[in-house]
Amino acid sequence: MALLMLLPASVLIITFLLVPIGLTFVLAFTNARLISPEPAQFIGVTNFVNLFSDDTFWASLRNTIIFTVVIVPVQSGAALGLAVLINSKMRGTNFFRTVYFLPVVTSMVVVSMLWLFLYQPNGLINAVLANFGIAGPDWLGNPKTALIAIILMSAWQAMGFHMVIWLSGLQTIAQELYEAAALDGASRWQQFVNVTWPGLRQTRTFILITITIAAFGLFSQVNIMTQGGPLNSTTTLVFQAVRSGFQQQQTGYASAISLVFFVLVLAVSLVQRHLTRDKEATR
Amino acid sequence: MSEVLTHVADNPAAPHAVSVAGADRSGRGKAVLVTVLKSALALVFGLPLLFMIVSSFKPDTQIFADLGGIRAFLPVGDIGLDNYTGVFDRVPFAQFLFNSVFISVATVVGGLVVNSMAAFVLARMRFRGQKVLLAVILATLIVPFEVMALPLLWEVNLLPYFDGVEFSQGWLDTYAVQIVPFIANAFSIFLFYQYFDTIPKELDEAAMIDGAGWFRIYRSVIMPLSGPAIATVAILTFLPAWNQYLWPLMVTQSEAVRPAMVGIDYFRQLNVSWGQLMAYASVITVPVLVLFIAFQRSFVNSIASSGVKG
Repeated sequence: MALLMLLPASVLIITFLLVPIGLTFVLAFTNARLISPEPAQFIGVTNFVNLFSDDTFWASLRNTIIFTVVIVPVQSGAALGLAVLINSKMRGTNFFRTVYFLPVVTSMVVVSMLWLFLYQPNGLINAVLANFGIAGPDWLGNPKTALIAIILMSAWQAMGFHMVIWLSGLQTIAQELYEAAALDGASRWQQFVNVTWPGLRQTRTFILITITIAAFGLFSQVNIMTQGGPLNSTTTLVFQAVRSGFQQQQTGYASAISLVFFVLVLAVSLVQRHLTRDKEATR
Repeated sequence: MSEVLTHVADNPAAPHAVSVAGADRSGRGKAVLVTVLKSALALVFGLPLLFMIVSSFKPDTQIFADLGGIRAFLPVGDIGLDNYTGVFDRVPFAQFLFNSVFISVATVVGGLVVNSMAAFVLARMRFRGQKVLLAVILATLIVPFEVMALPLLWEVNLLPYFDGVEFSQGWLDTYAVQIVPFIANAFSIFLFYQYFDTIPKELDEAAMIDGAGWFRIYRSVIMPLSGPAIATVAILTFLPAWNQYLWPLMVTQSEAVRPAMVGIDYFRQLNVSWGQLMAYASVITVPVLVLFIAFQRSFVNSIASSGVKG
């Protein structure tokens, strides 16, 4: 009986999670195509040789890393700011939390479509800027601003999610600690540094890892808003993987890109785990 | 007094306000400042969505004419439902919506049953390899879906598909390919496991003395006690299922099985009608926003509980 209850989940996890993960490692070394009458053949590291000599791949790797490196501190920092701001018993807290959270329950597809309009050269953002006498750029049409525009929008969409997680972290910190610090004459800032920040250690690790992994997976925004352009300034690893594995049906090549992506995620997780473990040891 | 002091200490506007009256005034000034800041942020997060909904009732010419001012966010002028009827004329919108609802609900229901059963076995029974199994499940959490999306696409294209009558090769362009791979979910199993673990084991023993088997205990003892966990998992499964984009983009070709998120792509092509686009976006967004506002507490608690793992 027990095994029967475990069976559906096991079969599904093996088929749709473990096997595809394993396939990533195998297919990356083959010339597998999505739809092909001929069986796939092992071709060694050819995919990787081609990949590493492809400028578009380097552009997508660079953009993915820039996107991640910028959005992780921006989004988590701003979300923490929001959480601290509304972590009070003042009236209206519930209202503000709800409003800040609205973009989270709006799908990234809808958000991208909406912001595609906001970012038009004659769209809402530039119209608002014009009121202040600022001539806004062609946000998505300019290689200098396209990635920034996508970063801002992505942070706007997901910030409420991490605000809620920060909030739940804040609420685990005992109120007495603040009272004691205040008695000792600590300023609000000192309280934040000495009570709040250390108290959020676990929340911090969780938030950093989730934002980082999600950021590496950047795809929907790019596919809807820029198609990787202009001049490859917004192309990403996942966008390239979909382009080669789906549109061009080169599953082997796409798997090689996925494998690079996987190594990146794994490295970041290990580094972050290592850093937090070190801290625990010294405490 | 200490409360007052802290306000003074970190209020740069009144660094020398040492008298109690002065401190009070600066405290109140600060509260006003905080409220203004919060309200400004509320505009930043709320206005784009308001703009979307308001614009869905306006013709394109008016959307552009209103952009510069406050009218962009107000339902004024030539207001009507033309964009909405236009959307239904232009794409098989009802079909897309049905597909989205069907896929999301099936994923949620399937996920609740399959993952809770697995978590029940892991949390309530004792057998060899239990810890290892749980560790393997948790380890898969760091692998983002995007890593295996392309290999999975290749795999489902080869898997045998049973349509109720006969087997054929390949799962592409079906409902099943959009539902089945997402039913079992390591994170849902973990959330159920965590919750089941807090229910006293004595309940199992009592039920066993009454002659109940494991499945009976699961169905009649544990699940009825697990309302909050069920709500959490349902919400955390529904949102990504409703919002799926990458996967259905690759695995669906026919409109009969395409979900609404992929259908929105039709509006990116030739002759963009922004008003119709906003109408389409509003229809697939507003119901979820309403659900969120109605079940706000559950939503927020679900998200919060997703953060307290480890």
